Amino acid sequence: MGEAIVEIGHLRKVFGKLVAIEDLSFTVGRGEIVGLLGANGAGKTTALSILMGLITPTSGSARVFGLELERHRVAILQRMNFSSAYTALPSNLRVEENLMVFARLYSVRNAQRKIDELLELLEIAHLKKRVAGRLSSGESARVSLCKSLLNDPELLLLDEPTASLDPDIADKVRKWLRLVQRERGIGMIYTSHTMRDVEEVCDRVLFMRQGRVFAEGTPADIVARFREKSLESLFIRVARDGELEEES
Amino acid sequence: MNWSVIFGLVCRYTYIIRRSVPRIIEMLFWPVLDLLVWAFLTMYLRGISHGPPSAVTFLLGAMIFWDVLFRSQQGMTVSFLEDVWTRNIINVFVAPVRVREFLAATALVGLLKVTIIIVLLTALAAALCGFNLLVVGWGLVPLFANLIVMGWGIGMVTTALIMRFGQAVEMLAWAIPFLFQPLSAVFYPVSVLPAWLQPAALALPSTHVFEGMRDVLAGGGFPARHLWWALALNAVFLAAEAGFFLWMYESTREKGYLAKLGTQ
Repeated sequence: MGEAIVEIGHLRKVFGKLVAIEDLSFTVGRGEIVGLLGANGAGKTTALSILMGLITPTSGSARVFGLELERHRVAILQRMNFSSAYTALPSNLRVEENLMVFARLYSVRNAQRKIDELLELLEIAHLKKRVAGRLSSGESARVSLCKSLLNDPELLLLDEPTASLDPDIADKVRKWLRLVQRERGIGMIYTSHTMRDVEEVCDRVLFMRQGRVFAEGTPADIVARFREKSLESLFIRVARDGELEEES
Repeated sequence: MNWSVIFGLVCRYTYIIRRSVPRIIEMLFWPVLDLLVWAFLTMYLRGISHGPPSAVTFLLGAMIFWDVLFRSQQGMTVSFLEDVWTRNIINVFVAPVRVREFLAATALVGLLKVTIIIVLLTALAAALCGFNLLVVGWGLVPLFANLIVMGWGIGMVTTALIMRFGQAVEMLAWAIPFLFQPLSAVFYPVSVLPAWLQPAALALPSTHVFEGMRDVLAGGGFPARHLWWALALNAVFLAAEAGFFLWMYESTREKGYLAKLGTQ
């Protein structure tokens, strides 16, 4: 792992009586793809939201690029980006208009050139003049990825980027992510319920349960450590709250 | 302030309006329809009134002035709602956008909408019943400015409430401005109100603007006293409303509502 660009220490988040994150600590290195796994309610989305400054933690520390998140929120957001299957770009704007708006929000220089370059990279240059609301799920996901690469982020937060994509497009998205990681050295935090994604894309996995990380390692390591056939079967075991024993 | 960010957000909201016929209709339809109703009423009252003709034109002036306040508030809150409706609000809040830049952009959109509507209504009022709003003279600028600023303040409050309580309360965007209408003495002088209600009315910047407008239309000259009151009250209200917005914003981050906005 290279220099740590994300350092989370003993993070805790409580909503009233609900403890969403109990005690979360992890780091992400420059150029590393870290998968955040766990069943619904494990605390992944809360952790991502804290990293994006959408939720304030109850206690603990969150540092990104060596800066304290709460104090330097805008400076940090300038150097990172986000893509999610659960957000959308304004449907009545053309793809290029949407991207131009975000290029301005991220103060991107030579925005038009950058947009054209990314549309080419993601093989959607032909969609430039299309209205966002008329795109298919796969096309929308690629436009969203395009938006997330506009500012040459050093850290990319990806919330189920392949949800609702057909296997062909999902495969392409995984390859693009690997490509931009290799070529640009972008660190990524990746949440997904598709274990295939995680095994193929992530260098390291943090398996969460009840607001804590209970297992950490490469996908193959974790599978071996818990004597499971695959990440998927381990996931199901964790989701059904079985007692977990590691191979000693 | 990063002007590139503000410009980007203003572009985004104007693209939405430009590309949507229903939004253009929504922006122009109600004010024009309102004006037509008040214009015909004015014509009728002129025919039966024994008082000076200026008395009935107050109504038309008041309607246009009220629209300045209402559209300024709407420009701000509906811009925010557009992002919620299109599930884009999270993308905006995780971009390097400061709260003050977001508010400045929505306020500018409000100003833009007000400008378009006022030009249209002024022209229609002149064409239909010979009512020339420009007789108010340069006093029109500070009077309108005070209404626009008050609209921004109410816009911040309604936006904050929607941010905090979610889309379930989005009707507040249209309802809250009308809470101020009876007390603002829009269509009648403040002296018409019961004596015990008048201090509350005079505590609103809008009341002073409408009183000032009536003074000018009655030939009373530049309403300096009312303008100073409106300005001072607006300063106090705007500071309180900005404080309320920030408090609500932090509260939504604390309670996790901001992360859920527009995603459910």
